[in-house]
Amino acid sequence: MSTSTELGVLPARLPARFSFIRARDFPLIPLLILGIIAFVAVFADVLAPYDPEIGSLSARFHPPFWQAKGHIDHLLGTDHLGRDVLSRLIFGARVSMVVGFTAVIFAGVVGTTLGIISGYLGGWVDQLIMRVTDAWLALPALTFAIFLAAIVGPSEMNIVIILALVYWTRYARIVRGEVLSLKEREFVRLAIVAGCSKMTIMRRHILPNVVNSAIVLASLMLGVVIVAEASLSFLGIGVPPPKPAWGVMLSDGKQGLMVGYWWLTVLPGCCIMLMVLSANLLGDWLRVKLDPQLRQL
Amino acid sequence: MKQYIVKRCGYSLLSLFLLSLTIFFFVRVTGDPATLLAEPGASEADIAKIHHQFGLDRPLVVQYALFMFKLAQGDLGQSFYYQTPVFELYFSRLPNSLLLAVVAMTFSLLVGIPSGILAAVRVGTFWDSAGKLFALLGLSLPSFFVGLLMILFFTVYLGWLPSSGSGTPLHLVMPAFALGWYFAAAHMRLTRSSMLEVLGSEYIKLARLKGLPQALVIGKHALKNALIPVLTLAGINLVLMINVAVVVETVFAWPGVGRLLYEGVSFRDFPVVQGVVILGGCMIVGVNLLVDIVYALIDPRIRLEA
Repeated sequence: MSTSTELGVLPARLPARFSFIRARDFPLIPLLILGIIAFVAVFADVLAPYDPEIGSLSARFHPPFWQAKGHIDHLLGTDHLGRDVLSRLIFGARVSMVVGFTAVIFAGVVGTTLGIISGYLGGWVDQLIMRVTDAWLALPALTFAIFLAAIVGPSEMNIVIILALVYWTRYARIVRGEVLSLKEREFVRLAIVAGCSKMTIMRRHILPNVVNSAIVLASLMLGVVIVAEASLSFLGIGVPPPKPAWGVMLSDGKQGLMVGYWWLTVLPGCCIMLMVLSANLLGDWLRVKLDPQLRQL
Repeated sequence: MKQYIVKRCGYSLLSLFLLSLTIFFFVRVTGDPATLLAEPGASEADIAKIHHQFGLDRPLVVQYALFMFKLAQGDLGQSFYYQTPVFELYFSRLPNSLLLAVVAMTFSLLVGIPSGILAAVRVGTFWDSAGKLFALLGLSLPSFFVGLLMILFFTVYLGWLPSSGSGTPLHLVMPAFALGWYFAAAHMRLTRSSMLEVLGSEYIKLARLKGLPQALVIGKHALKNALIPVLTLAGINLVLMINVAVVVETVFAWPGVGRLLYEGVSFRDFPVVQGVVILGGCMIVGVNLLVDIVYALIDPRIRLEA
């Protein structure tokens, strides 16, 4: 880490900030893939050729158009209820994007806030928050999420809350660690001497300095959260059918697998894979760029 | 040392206490637990009976004390679906989970460690990139998708492996791979970084200066130290595998504790869900405690710090 960034000096020339796009390691393809998925998610209503939740039973199990019995009407085929797979994939992107991003942001806000409070205030508040964090981290995330989902029942909103409840602890741990070293730094001490309240110091002086770590962690968590959502949906306790979530599609497609209806599982699976892979590559890059301290994560 | 162990045990007990509190809290805050504890389709009178039977009409503190009292006796309630105590049910499934976890772990170590060493020794070459790609895919591909793809290829198209169930070693191949890939990726990454660190150290340079051949430097001197963190992680991961195999076990209908959790969720068999989560948490807290104590025994710096 160079001394200038360590001291928090602003970059001298703005255009130089964007030169990284031309750098060799810039994850252009992952960013493009995520961009396309986001675009598709936003304009799903316009792009999808059919209603994703309504099919025609006379058009069940059509394979994709390039196969022998394929139809050009249904480019990627139809499922067991005759619903258009392409349309379901397009709307599924919306579900993954909305659930993924909201859950990551939700968990990030809660975790960062508690991490800052825990690290800065110390004492019994710190003990309480950290012991809860430890206890919650002891449960494997997916098991905990299944437990919560079993109690509250499936819905899109519930999934977001559940994932946020499960994953905030990761942020809290890391942010607290950073705050512990930040609060010994000169600028924080000066702020105390200058008479700033604890609230002001946490908000104006500590928070901006931990935001980078939180963003890096959020980008790394995005893939994890998307897989978690897909897993819950796959198990039937995530996004409730007939909503077109990719995990639900995989679960539906499982029955057709043995008779060779490959497109019902391979296509949604590939969508999940592309999205998670892109998110992970982007996260890895951000980690190296924004926060050298997190490289070993 | 004694003081350290007592302190660590205290923390673990605290963790378990908070865990039980969390579970107790969520079950009661999100609605009437009687609806979870009642068999699906229970009448009003049945629910009222459950209210009284489980003491749900008493103050929360008393309820929690009762909950803990039963827990301490190993009483996790009765499964609605199977009509047997959850505790027995869990331990009847545990050997299957353990078997799957051990095979998946063996696979993940057999693949992860050599590829990690290769990537570290040939850093920056094709082997390094290939290893990184393998790890990236392993960490990004959801295990149920890997499982379904394998069923498609090896069962539907090739007809080599059975798609579900248990009993023969062939039944283990696909679930172990689907479960193990993620962990193989984690072990590969850790082996690589740990090996790189060791290879940069002074004693390896000395071994090289002595004129030892490469195979001996890597195999005898570097490997021993580089593997310590990997094997520690593997130990923790083994316990984790038992508890996160729920999706893989569901895909392959493998009768382990993960499948039990899934059945609990699908049949709305709440005591089973709660029991599996509590026992899984206990197992993980226990292993973490064990690792902490063993590390403190080996490395005095850790117990002085604490």
